[in-house]
Amino acid sequence: MNAGSEGTLSGWGRVPVPGREVRSEDLEALTRDAVLCRGLGRSYGDSSLPPPGHPVVAATPLADRILAFVPATGNLRAEAGLSLRALNRSFLPRGFYSPVTPGTQMITLGGMVAADVHGKNHHRDGCFGAHVTRLRMRVADGRIVECAPDREPELFRATLGGMGLTGHILEVECRLVRVPSPWVLTETERIHDIDRFIDGLKEAGSRWPHTMGWIDCLSRGPLMGRGILMKGRWAEPHEAPRGVPVPRRRPSVPFVLPGWVVNRWTVRAFNAVYYRRHVPAVRRAVVHPESFFYPLDAIGHWNRMYGPRGFTQYQCVLPESAGRGAARRFLELLTRRGGASMLCVIKDCGPEGIGLLSFPRPGISIALDIPIHDETQSLVDALNELVIAEGGRVYLAKDQLTRPEHFRAMEPRLAAWTCIRRKWDPEARLRSAQSVRLLGDRP
Amino acid sequence: MKVAFLGATRGMGRSLSRLMAARGDDVFLLGRDVADLERSARDLEARAGRGSVGAAPCDLEKPGGFAAALDAAEARLGGLDAVVVTAGDFARQEELERDVERARRLLEVDFTNTVVFCEHARRRLLARGGGTLAVFSSVAGERGRKPVILYGAAKAGLSRYLEGLDHKFRAQGLRTVCVKPGFVKTSMTDGLRPPPFAGDPDDVARDVLGAIDRGQPVVYAPPMWRWIMLAIRMLPRFVMRRIGF
Repeated sequence: MNAGSEGTLSGWGRVPVPGREVRSEDLEALTRDAVLCRGLGRSYGDSSLPPPGHPVVAATPLADRILAFVPATGNLRAEAGLSLRALNRSFLPRGFYSPVTPGTQMITLGGMVAADVHGKNHHRDGCFGAHVTRLRMRVADGRIVECAPDREPELFRATLGGMGLTGHILEVECRLVRVPSPWVLTETERIHDIDRFIDGLKEAGSRWPHTMGWIDCLSRGPLMGRGILMKGRWAEPHEAPRGVPVPRRRPSVPFVLPGWVVNRWTVRAFNAVYYRRHVPAVRRAVVHPESFFYPLDAIGHWNRMYGPRGFTQYQCVLPESAGRGAARRFLELLTRRGGASMLCVIKDCGPEGIGLLSFPRPGISIALDIPIHDETQSLVDALNELVIAEGGRVYLAKDQLTRPEHFRAMEPRLAAWTCIRRKWDPEARLRSAQSVRLLGDRP
Repeated sequence: MKVAFLGATRGMGRSLSRLMAARGDDVFLLGRDVADLERSARDLEARAGRGSVGAAPCDLEKPGGFAAALDAAEARLGGLDAVVVTAGDFARQEELERDVERARRLLEVDFTNTVVFCEHARRRLLARGGGTLAVFSSVAGERGRKPVILYGAAKAGLSRYLEGLDHKFRAQGLRTVCVKPGFVKTSMTDGLRPPPFAGDPDDVARDVLGAIDRGQPVVYAPPMWRWIMLAIRMLPRFVMRRIGF
């Protein structure tokens, strides 16, 4: 999908490493000798990239068959390469949707499990893993095993959010949710600063299943953290237009834009226009679910916007214990360091799930894009030091630049997870570029 | 439409069978691996949200089983309006040049046995007053080209056979559709370097379904390959000898 030039692979951030994909419909055969599976390559950093010593990944998207669906319960079983887009497009017309969806539907079921993805409804419905009832996996010694909350529960918990390192996910069984109509009712609201934003998210979260916000992370002083709060729920039949929303063809960024296109001034201009255009301050609408859940999917190859050196996405969660001021302290550091991010998304997280390395925990999550330049590593280091001091952590599905010592300081759960991984894979044969970097696996 | 489908478990066949099942066609699957067929049958049922999809074993290397397989399809579907063949064999030219026995098997599967299967299908369709026979050949059969000499020769023979069927039997109601895919990104072509204009199986399936509905005798997919192959056919021999395409 976003394979780079000949002989390289990259994550969605477009920073390449040597590597290639091997593709097949037959996931059992494909995973026999593989060290890593890769779905649609939408993780931003190096979690879907091979270790330097074994530059081949098993690409899963051709293994995309639905194996069973029970309308009475919403129970679905499918091969791990099924994309969320195919799933939604098949089942929305019949009144079902994925219980949890990340900000892109270009992701496979296996990827949703491996990253234990969360969505706009995390405060209410938790991570995707909370809705997974069973997994079929090929573990490191070659055996195929099934795991579930009550069957090999340790392996199950270590696999949710385990970035594909505990075994190759072959099949996923989960529960879809019934929706009252195929349309989404939204309310968007302009918010003037970061403190009011956090109060607004909390307040909206008690009434709306889906909430998130876009913030202008270049504005300073009293306007710091101004932005737009988005709330949504599935429309009731009487609120919805007749008929089923039709998927739309999408425009695409045709080539890699030069590196100067996204800079502090263009981002500032974009942010100001986006913020000011939102009149009146509160708007309601009934919209296509794809435009509510996946606004960025509307532009193909949008990752080409950040120029030839690519970009990284930084996403952290600042725990409730750090207090309301933590988000302000984070934005102050970011604006002081001049991090220009077109996209800065803020969201409140609910309780921690059962995934041993899953990202969310109660608090505020902030995600931003940072184009790669000479200072990016030191900016990420500085942000990580602040996150450690606040007691938070980063999201592995986004990460490219975190240092191993920083990761260990953020993850007191790592020891328990490593212990289970060792039990199933004593030599850490299954590994990725990310696990080599963060966990010290052999290259 | 009642459709017997040979080769629906993978690649373009998988995409096309999904489109047909989703729009309400009754599909019956034929293929080598029964467990794999069953998984594809469940997939089509789940995606269509209705009906049940039957399957029976049929191996292009074993022509003795063709009649029984088509009988099973006809019995289960309660009739037969179309037969689609996407199955075939593929190997790189270098491998086929090294191993004559491997080459013989490929030629037999992609030409002789595919034609024999089509003969069984043709008779059944004509006995019912007509129908559609859609068969995946290839642009590789359009010109003798260095990377696909043997595979291309088998596909050239297949295309000619389908052309002849169209000339002789269209008046009796048999609509023959010869599909000529260009380079399409499937597991069959995995590991080969995709040229410009490489197609996506889902897009190809949409084009092919349109051709089946219209009864179009020849369809290039993606459509761009029609013009590419027109240019290739016009290249003089001394150029073909020099280029690697």
